[in-house]
Amino acid sequence: MTTPAPTPAPAAETRTSAPVALVGVVKQFPGLTALDGVSLELAPGEFVALLGPSGCGKTTALRVLAGLESADDGHILIDGRDVVDVPTNRRDIGMVFQSYSLFPHLTVLENVEFGLRMRKVEASERRRRATQMLNMVGLDHHADRFAHQLSGGQQQRVALARALVTEPRVLLLDEPLSALDAKVRVGLRDEIRRIQTELGITTLFVTHDQEEALAVADRVAVMRAGRIEQIGTPEELYSRPASAFVADFVGLSNRVPAVVQGEVATVLGTTLPLVSADAPAGSGVALVRPEDVLIVPGDDPRATSAAVVSTSFLGSLRRTRVRLDDGLELVVQHAAGEHVEAGERVAVRLAGRPVVIDAA
Amino acid sequence: MSAPVASIAPRRATRILILAIVGAIFAIPIVAMVEFTMRRGLDGGYDLSRWVTVFTGQLGPAYAPVWQGVQNSLVLALVTVAIMLALLVPTMILVALRFPQLQRVLEFVCLLPISIPAIVLVVGLAPVYQVISRMLGSGTWTLAFAYGILVLPFAYRAVQSNIEAIDIVTLTEAARSLGAGWLTVIVRVLMPNLRRGLLAGAFISVAVVLGEFTIASLLSRTTLQTALVVASKADAFIAVIFALLALLFAFILLIVIGRIGRGRLGRTS
Ligand SMILES: Nc1ncnc2c1ncn2[C@@H]1O[C@H](COP(=O)(O)OP(=O)(O)OP(=O)(O)O)[C@@H](O)[C@H]1O
Ligand SMILES: [Mg+2]
Repeated sequence: MTTPAPTPAPAAETRTSAPVALVGVVKQFPGLTALDGVSLELAPGEFVALLGPSGCGKTTALRVLAGLESADDGHILIDGRDVVDVPTNRRDIGMVFQSYSLFPHLTVLENVEFGLRMRKVEASERRRRATQMLNMVGLDHHADRFAHQLSGGQQQRVALARALVTEPRVLLLDEPLSALDAKVRVGLRDEIRRIQTELGITTLFVTHDQEEALAVADRVAVMRAGRIEQIGTPEELYSRPASAFVADFVGLSNRVPAVVQGEVATVLGTTLPLVSADAPAGSGVALVRPEDVLIVPGDDPRATSAAVVSTSFLGSLRRTRVRLDDGLELVVQHAAGEHVEAGERVAVRLAGRPVVIDAA
Repeated sequence: MSAPVASIAPRRATRILILAIVGAIFAIPIVAMVEFTMRRGLDGGYDLSRWVTVFTGQLGPAYAPVWQGVQNSLVLALVTVAIMLALLVPTMILVALRFPQLQRVLEFVCLLPISIPAIVLVVGLAPVYQVISRMLGSGTWTLAFAYGILVLPFAYRAVQSNIEAIDIVTLTEAARSLGAGWLTVIVRVLMPNLRRGLLAGAFISVAVVLGEFTIASLLSRTTLQTALVVASKADAFIAVIFALLALLFAFILLIVIGRIGRGRLGRTS
């Protein structure tokens, strides 16, 4: 075959959509393995959330990818190139930190221009691009302010603009919303997703908030103790968790005694299929989602009777805690219209959806 | 709202009294010095003739050592500040960024000189200065090595409080992620944000150097302070004038330090 040498694609068009991969990355701190063989692939333009409990190694993974920590083993590929030996300032990344990180001695505009200045972009072009990016995060009218004259949410938006203005090949966000209050957090989270989609930039977003991860990410990687436990779309993680840890961590679960036989489990008198068939036979604990517990009329033959302990209104739905006659408490999620009151007697049964068994 | 505050705070009269006493403690010696320099012999009366003599440069050759001392002290102040900026500041930045576990050690070492009497320091320094004299000559500027140690506690505190006030690690990492090399990080990000601490550290070092007597005297170097002592034996009046001028200079330095501290606080908070 006579294949001509491939001509490099025009850089400006493709550089914001680079594939990124961690391959078997190991990172050790004295007496502790923070990353124990982490492998993660991000497709060009993909938004992946790295989710896990505190101390599981999320920040470390992000910092290794950024070059702020060195990896003890493994490879880091950005746009197909191994960057393990490339220092942070030449990895062409954009980063937003958990703590406020704007340069206090520079104005908002100068902060955003910083990365362009490093790349020797000429002054008028620099100003044009920085202003445009500030416009995108809705802060162009604050261009002349200093960081201390902005709210926390505004500071993080400027930090986002500063990270994006250089059109880096990958955007890294380390819990950028955790210092903000709930309302601002949701707003900014959606805004980050909108801008990311608009620019098509490959993004890794670290969070310990499962709701946040499920809401914005194309795919979510769940981490536990230095390893990635499962990677999948939010729907996959929720409905087919690979382990009890994932099921527990992603969404709320009831822990209900179960008896496993072959490929089914008997839970509260209802026979349910298993999410994964490898659960050992015998007794175990089934993880049942609150929306898979139904409140039914008392004459349903499969129902178990229970007393309502408490109920809380969550807008379109209601979350009710019931106590079965044997003392087991379950959380039931149901339509807000199905009104129940504390102390009331009700009948509950399980919907027929597959369950995860916690063998441990 | 203000009632409980007012009841705790000292009353106006008490405040004025305290201020007056403290003010008097500071002012009386200074006023006495000024008065002393203006006396006109035993018959009483005052004039400014000695001040005129000093400011018009009509002092005799007997005062050459004082001028020499002023020059030496200024050179010493410069070299000491240079040593502090070139050695202490990079070390502190390096420890803050890369070796945070050494923070306590560095602090201990830097604060140590404050607990060592100057006499003890000299005993240790004397043999060191024999070596230094052989290698670099016995120029007065070599005293700056000793003064570099002497100003450590003051310069360290001034710079460290500034380092603690800004998140130096995150700022550095942010700059690195944006494409800045180490030199750029230091020049464009750290220096501007540490300006307040560096200036305060430099000024306080100058003040310490100009006021130092023991080490200079024991190592037989001519500085402002040692020359003043010598001059005071010949003419106490002129010596007091120089002491007053030195005091005034230190005063101005301290006011400038205070200004720097206050001016930037509003910006970082
Ligand atoms: N520089 C360091 N030296 C020693 N141990 C460290 C260092 N940085 C992190 N660790 C440890 O590595 C583990 C992983 O830390 P990491 O910051 O990655 O967790 P995380 O998942 O980001 O947690 P969080 O949600 O609390 O931010 C923790 O046990 C932490 O104590
Ligand atoms: Mg973290």
